Parts: sequence; structure tokens; C-alpha cells
Amino acid sequence: MPVEFSGTDGGDTHGAAAKAAKAPPARVRTHRGYGGNRVLLASTSRTATLPAGGAPADRGDTRETRTGEPPPKVITTRHPWRWVAAAGIAVLLAMAASALITNPAWEWEVVGEYLFAPSVLRAVVFTLELTALGIVFGFLLGTVLALMRLSGNPLLNSVAWGYIALFRSVPLILQLLFWYNLALLYPRISFGVPFGPAFFDIGTMDLIGPVTAAALGLALHQAAYAAEIVRAGLLSVDHGQREAAAALGIPRARQLFRIILPQAMRSIVPTAGNEIIGLVKGTSVVYIMALPELFYQVQVIYNRNGRVIALLLVATIWYLVMTSVMSVAQHYIERYYGRGRG
Amino acid sequence: MSAAMVELRGVHKSFGSLEVLRGVDLRVDPGEVTVILGPSGSGKSTLLRTVNHLEKVDSGSISVDGELVGYRRIGDRLHELPEREILRQRTKIGFVFQNFNLFPHLTVHQNVTEAPLSAQRRPKAEVNALATRLLERVGLADKARSYPGRLSGGQQQRVAIARALALEPKVILFDEPTSALDPELVGEVLDTVKDLAGSGTTMIVVTHEVGFAREVADTVVFMDEGRIVEQGPPSEVLDAPRHERTRLFLSKVL
Repeated sequence: MPVEFSGTDGGDTHGAAAKAAKAPPARVRTHRGYGGNRVLLASTSRTATLPAGGAPADRGDTRETRTGEPPPKVITTRHPWRWVAAAGIAVLLAMAASALITNPAWEWEVVGEYLFAPSVLRAVVFTLELTALGIVFGFLLGTVLALMRLSGNPLLNSVAWGYIALFRSVPLILQLLFWYNLALLYPRISFGVPFGPAFFDIGTMDLIGPVTAAALGLALHQAAYAAEIVRAGLLSVDHGQREAAAALGIPRARQLFRIILPQAMRSIVPTAGNEIIGLVKGTSVVYIMALPELFYQVQVIYNRNGRVIALLLVATIWYLVMTSVMSVAQHYIERYYGRGRG
Repeated sequence: MSAAMVELRGVHKSFGSLEVLRGVDLRVDPGEVTVILGPSGSGKSTLLRTVNHLEKVDSGSISVDGELVGYRRIGDRLHELPEREILRQRTKIGFVFQNFNLFPHLTVHQNVTEAPLSAQRRPKAEVNALATRLLERVGLADKARSYPGRLSGGQQQRVAIARALALEPKVILFDEPTSALDPELVGEVLDTVKDLAGSGTTMIVVTHEVGFAREVADTVVFMDEGRIVEQGPPSEVLDAPRHERTRLFLSKVL
């Protein structure tokens, strides 16, 4: 006895299937993304027999319709409003491009003139150096702070907590000015036994010049944020991983650097990428110390020649290039640490 | 009477106000397979974890191969060993977890070689050859370069067994090795464990697989409420239990 069967999931598609079954061959329209249903609808749009075992006929069987009619074609849903929206956006983009190109006030030829000027290139390199110093020392100190936060020692724990609270609370620009003016507070710095005799001392100005002050300020500020990022990363690693490493007798440091940290990197890298990109731009704050990073350098140039917009554009382009390169690098680093997680 | 491989004496352990182990004595001879059965919360996993000092005990002593685990006896007191010493002792005690706990960012081969290289500092060539041999033994030689995430649960647990074997431990502890597996994958893991049992490895297995206990165990231990209720060969404990508690448990799981 021939048995008719139809899709039973989803009220909407069920109706379509029933309609199609009544009048084959029907053109069935489905929504994109319901892959499973599409197959079901195609096979339920005509009658089919159940084989002896009672299991539904598979797709191979249903291809041969008993009436000899071809199976109905499947047409996916059209999205006319997407085309309207795309057209609208295209017009707006064209307008923006035209506004950028045709308006002479942007002074593109001046931009071209200064984009690769030696003083600008030097400023770009200095910006990258400051970023690198801030990130490397920031994350080194941040990792130490994160481990202190996770340690069982209440003093270590609360000192790290206090550090993070303090350095996150004070604006970076204020911190930089403090380091820059450290010599006003402590004209000389001496090294020796704590509260005991000093072996040698040195003028603060000689030890902490403007560049050191800037790098120090950036790194110490960054460390507070890095600490929380690293801590979150370490906490994200399943407890069983540390337990398995301990059960295997793997030495403590090796547990951290071989087993736990590489897994923590999966959640550290995306946030750290944010931080590095933030710091590339954040170095522009250092201009208040009159250091020749990118933002300060373009100011110097436009104060001399008055081409403000063109030189701000030069800086914009370089910041864009630097952060774009870093975004690409981040993609590959994430892929590396995501290995083994299909 | 020969020396015991694993010996527990009067082991007590509490989590807060909850007393999980209420004085456990257990002796496992070399080459013997001991299977611990018992309802959830009876303390059997905790007991197993005290044997390699993943859990500290409140009182009592545990020794493996004649050496106190986690403590040093000075007079009538036990002093906890520094972590480095405990880690060294653990290389003699293999542990297989319910959830495998393979290192997901390392390949199967690296999972097996990690501890012999870093904890035992054995030469790389020797460890590589050992890993290849062990993966062959658990039937996963072709997966050496895969990451654990690509493997089925049963395959992952077999890698975990190879990883534990790589340290060439004196005893291997299995903490419900098949409880996290789909039913159709339980067999392959149990077969691997049986194979080990046949080769004379000393093992303590916490499990719910009564059939496995009957087939492989030299001694079956039944635990309830932090105590060992009865123990003996499977023919006694499983087929002719003396205690009502054991009979009740077996009637539920069989």
C-alpha cells in the first residue's frame, strides 16, 4: 500500500510541503539556511512508498517518481531589499570618495610630499619603539602581577590588586607627567642596602631621561591592564589541565609555560591585540613630553608650514598602516595558538 | 608476605565539615588489579586521588612501593614534602582521569612524550621510540601527529593511558575511565585496560562497570560513606556479598 509521508517539522514549511504534495511538480521556495529542510521538502513534494522495513525511502529511491515527472526545482528566497540597501551604500561611498578627492582643501599633494619625509619616518619608527617597549615591559610586569593576584600569599595578592587599582585609575597623561618630573620629587636615586648604606647614587635626570620616562610611564600603565588580561587568560584554562600536568610530575615552571600559558594565550591574544593597537595610538599622548613621536612630529611640521589638515592626514595614514599590519599579525598569532582546536 | 605495592593506613579526609574518608585501610600487592566500586559520593574517587597526593589527607598514611607519598616521617609526625619531591613521586604513579585531560594544544605524540622529557629528563630519542611503541600498543600509531580534539572520546582515553604508561610507573590509577564516554566507546577503553592488567601492571580502578570488575579484578573493594564495606575476590564480593549495603548496590547496577 502506498503511503504518503511529509515533513513534520516547522509549521510554515509543513504547509508548503503539504501544498507541494497535492500538486506535483511544484516549485518549492525555501528560506536559505534551512539546508535540512530543503532536502526534506524536495523529497516530500510527491508521494513515495515506504519500503518493506518501514523506513522512509532514501533520496536515491525518490528520484524515480512513479508518475515519471521530473523532481521539482528548489528556488531559494530572494532578498530584494538587500539590493536596495547595497545600492544606497554604494552611492554614499561614491559621494565620500568624491568628497575626499575633489576637495582641494585636503591637499593630497602635500600629503604625498610629507608621507615619506625622513623626519616623519623617524617619528614612525620612534612610535613603534615606544609601543614595543610599552607592550613588552607592560606584559612582562603584567604577567608577574597576574601570578601575584593568583597566588595564595595575601600580601602578594593585595599588593598586585593595589597596583592595578592605582595605575588604572590615574590618567596616562598624568602618569607620564609624574615620571617626566620625577627629578622634582627625588633629585638623586641611590642603589644599595634598603634603609642601609648606598653603593652609588645617580642624578634622576641622568637615569630617567624623557625617553625612559615615556617608556616607563607607558609600560607601568600598560602593566595594570595586561595583568587583568593575563589573569583572565590563566583562569580560562580548564582546571583539569593543571591537575593532569601535576599528576604527570611535570615541574612547576614547565606546567606554566608549556601547558597553561599556551592555552591561556587563546583568550589573551585577542584582548592583547586590542591593547597593542590601543597603545600605538596611545603613544601620541607622549607629545606633551616634546618627544618626536608621530603626532608630535606632524604638529612641529604644520606649525612651521601651516598645512594642518594635510599633515594630520599623514599621521592618520601612518596610524592606519601600523594598526592594520598588527591586525593581520594578530590573525596569524591567533591561528597559531588555536591549533588543535578544529 | 611480600611487600605491598600500595598501602593505605587509617586514611581520613574531610572537605569542610563533610567527612569523605573515614579511616580507610587498603593493601594492593604488586601486579594485582584492584577495582573499587561504590555509589556516588562514597569517597572512592577521593581515595584514589589521595594515592598520588592530588588530595592531601587529614590523617593516616599512604605509601607506594615502600615510600610514603607526600610526606616524610620524623618521629611520630608526618611532614609534607616540598612540591618538587611530590612531583618526583608522582612520576611513579600513573593517573588516568575521567575527562582524559589531554593537552589540547599538543599533538598526541607530544602528549605522550611531555612528562618523560620534562619530569624524568630522559633522552629524546629514547622517549620518541617509547611513545611510538605505546601508541602502537593502544592501537593509535596512525594518530601520533593528530591533535586530541580530532579524536573520539575512546581514542582520547587510550592516548591518556599511553601518556600515563610513558612514565613507566609502578602503579596506575584509573578514575572512572569510561564514565565520560559514549556507550559504544566504552569497550575499546576497557579492552586496553584489560590488556594492561594481563601484562602484570599494578592497577587501582574506580569504575561503575561491574562486568569489567568481575572479569579483570583480583580484588573488588566496595566502598560506602567513606569506608570500605567489604573486599575480596570478585567471586565473593560480587556473587556472594556478605553485607546488605553491597547487595543493595549490586541489585541496582546489575
